[in-house]
Amino acid sequence: MQLTGAEIVIRCLQEEKVEYVFGYPGGSVLFIYDELFKQDKFKHVLVRHEQAAVHAADAYSRSSNKIGVCLVTSGPGVTNAVTGIATAHMDSVPMVIISGQVPTAYIGQDAFQECDTVGITRPCVKHNFLVKDVRDLAITLKKAFYIAKTGRPGPVLVDIPKDITNQKCEFEYPKTITMRSYNPVVKGHSGQIKKAVQMLLEAKRPMIYAGGGVILSDAAEKLAKLARSLGYPVTNTLMGLGGYPATDKQSLGMLGMHGTYEANMAMQNCDVLIAVGARFDDRVIGNPANFAEISRKIIHIDIDPSSISKRVKVDVPIVGNLPDVLDELQKLLESSAGVPDPKALAAWWKQIDEWRGKKSLKYKQGKEIIMPQYVVEKLYEVTGGEAFITSDVGQHQMWAAQYYKFDKPRRWINSGGLGTMGVGLPYAMGVRFANPKATVACITGEGSIQMNIQELSTAKQFRLPIKIINLNNRYLGMVRQWQQMFHGNRYSESYVDALPDFVKLAEAYGHVGMKIERPADVEPALREAFTKHKNDLVFMDFLTDQTANVYPMVAAGKGLSEMILAEEL
Amino acid sequence: MRHIISILIENEAGALSRVSGLFSARAFNIESLTVAPTEDASLSRMTIVSTGSDDVIEQITKQLNKLIDVVKVVDLSEAAHIERELMLVKVRAAGKDREEMKRIADIFRGRIIDVTDSTYVIELTGNGSKLDAFLEAIDRALILETVRTGVSGIGRGDRILKV
Repeated sequence: MQLTGAEIVIRCLQEEKVEYVFGYPGGSVLFIYDELFKQDKFKHVLVRHEQAAVHAADAYSRSSNKIGVCLVTSGPGVTNAVTGIATAHMDSVPMVIISGQVPTAYIGQDAFQECDTVGITRPCVKHNFLVKDVRDLAITLKKAFYIAKTGRPGPVLVDIPKDITNQKCEFEYPKTITMRSYNPVVKGHSGQIKKAVQMLLEAKRPMIYAGGGVILSDAAEKLAKLARSLGYPVTNTLMGLGGYPATDKQSLGMLGMHGTYEANMAMQNCDVLIAVGARFDDRVIGNPANFAEISRKIIHIDIDPSSISKRVKVDVPIVGNLPDVLDELQKLLESSAGVPDPKALAAWWKQIDEWRGKKSLKYKQGKEIIMPQYVVEKLYEVTGGEAFITSDVGQHQMWAAQYYKFDKPRRWINSGGLGTMGVGLPYAMGVRFANPKATVACITGEGSIQMNIQELSTAKQFRLPIKIINLNNRYLGMVRQWQQMFHGNRYSESYVDALPDFVKLAEAYGHVGMKIERPADVEPALREAFTKHKNDLVFMDFLTDQTANVYPMVAAGKGLSEMILAEEL
Repeated sequence: MRHIISILIENEAGALSRVSGLFSARAFNIESLTVAPTEDASLSRMTIVSTGSDDVIEQITKQLNKLIDVVKVVDLSEAAHIERELMLVKVRAAGKDREEMKRIADIFRGRIIDVTDSTYVIELTGNGSKLDAFLEAIDRALILETVRTGVSGIGRGDRILKV
């Protein structure tokens, strides 16, 4: 049967079992929206800004491991989406973005709402396509879904000129696809895995460093099995939180710039390090020269060869899909005659417990002013650790990562790589669409929340009972912290003046607003929000300590063990 | 270290910008880049000359391989290979210079492919240093225009880059 391009787009999305498309209509995508109107197999979520469409689709994917899909128009529609696309790209989130383009004959003519979408998005997508012939449309969309999900995942953009959506051709959706130029590896090199097992068994001071790859590849259970059979300590990166249960005794918490004392010290002092789906980024290992000075053997498992030996030279690189490689490792380990040296391991744990004794996350909650850490701790208690937590970017993000203990993967949704302020609210929306019964809280600050505040309207339309935890310190807190520590207390433009009344603002959008000013009110307010207002969006504006800083801290360019601790100030 | 990297890439619109964009985005350097379709019109072959430490070159080849359209990447400089570059030089060739220019072109095995009363266009192939040497050998004041293709390279013997 002959279908129009617009009909083909809809059919392809249906074939891919898409549940939600997050988008915003406009001139170049009118034919697609017209076909969307005529079908009911998937739903469309109308956001209030294209950036939020991409963030919502991104979080939909992060919290479910399905592919997030968005639909935006040409020109400003897609340029608005760029921040969202770059955010997803940095954190390797599988997504398909469909953008309208001006008609083929107008391309290059500076037409109304024209931009070079393929050119603009090229550096921030896994791949992109411009469809120039309606007969290529179905196969291109098939490729987009295939590329987004396989190998190291990422966003794929398909740019479709308007005339293509109105031309007809035979429709057939390919069942499978092969590309001679794209063959991601799955199985790890067995010789390398053997070497890794040997090295792991010989370790005296072993350390498991697990990143976002564990979450992306659904390898958390296999990682836990491996870690438990070895009895080795585990640290998670910001992106890897929930990849190993935070409440487990082998967990040392998060490492890096704001990691725990024990995690960073163990990272520096271990003799064998196994990196699992992590990429040694600058916020994690600090100064690479300092990191490299200390001699330790490194095993690195990653699906992306270019992540291996990029910032840190490794001894045993293993390229492959994490679950497959971990299975293989486990098998070899179980069939191996050797066992970890119990004496050395006991001594190592003794050392780690000493570091733990520093209690690097301690803080003081007085009677007058609410400490932001306290709010996160209470949120953890009130939600029983079972909530999906999204965050924005800044101090509150670090406190959320430090004090909300994630035991399960895909529960912690934040922008780790790009560090995009404004993701929190649209992320919470995407999470709720993917997990319609879940408790969802967005930990944010008064700076970040205002970057996509318009989505309170979308949340109302779709009745999304998100709990917004606004840690309001009237400062761009992380900027202020750096200015205090490294710029002589000159708080250049980091004070947030003329804030709205968030309670009234929430009410204006039809939600519930709460203002919490005293420590004693924190827990009751949270309980009220999660019980009485279970089905409402509640905007909780917590007025918090203006001078609180995130500790421990490794200053940029310093070594991991050179931490500034709260008590030292 | 100087490396010659050969790439087979799907011959599609924008393929070149994916490669050149990668180099600029990751601050890799390009000394020269040549590209043209192969005997199989669906594929283009690129030759890129770059310099960098072994770590940088390793990243370059890994990042190139990561591009979805790239089919194969080979660092030619890892083993025996041949490299050639083509140069066209337009020179003033009048009076006493005319005979001298012809003589030097012959010595360098260049060919004169266009002639007017006062100018020659000389075609020269070789590796880069030979082309440089030719430009050094002739009177600089007589050079009107030069154009070079950049390096093309191929492995020796059994080293074959093919799908």
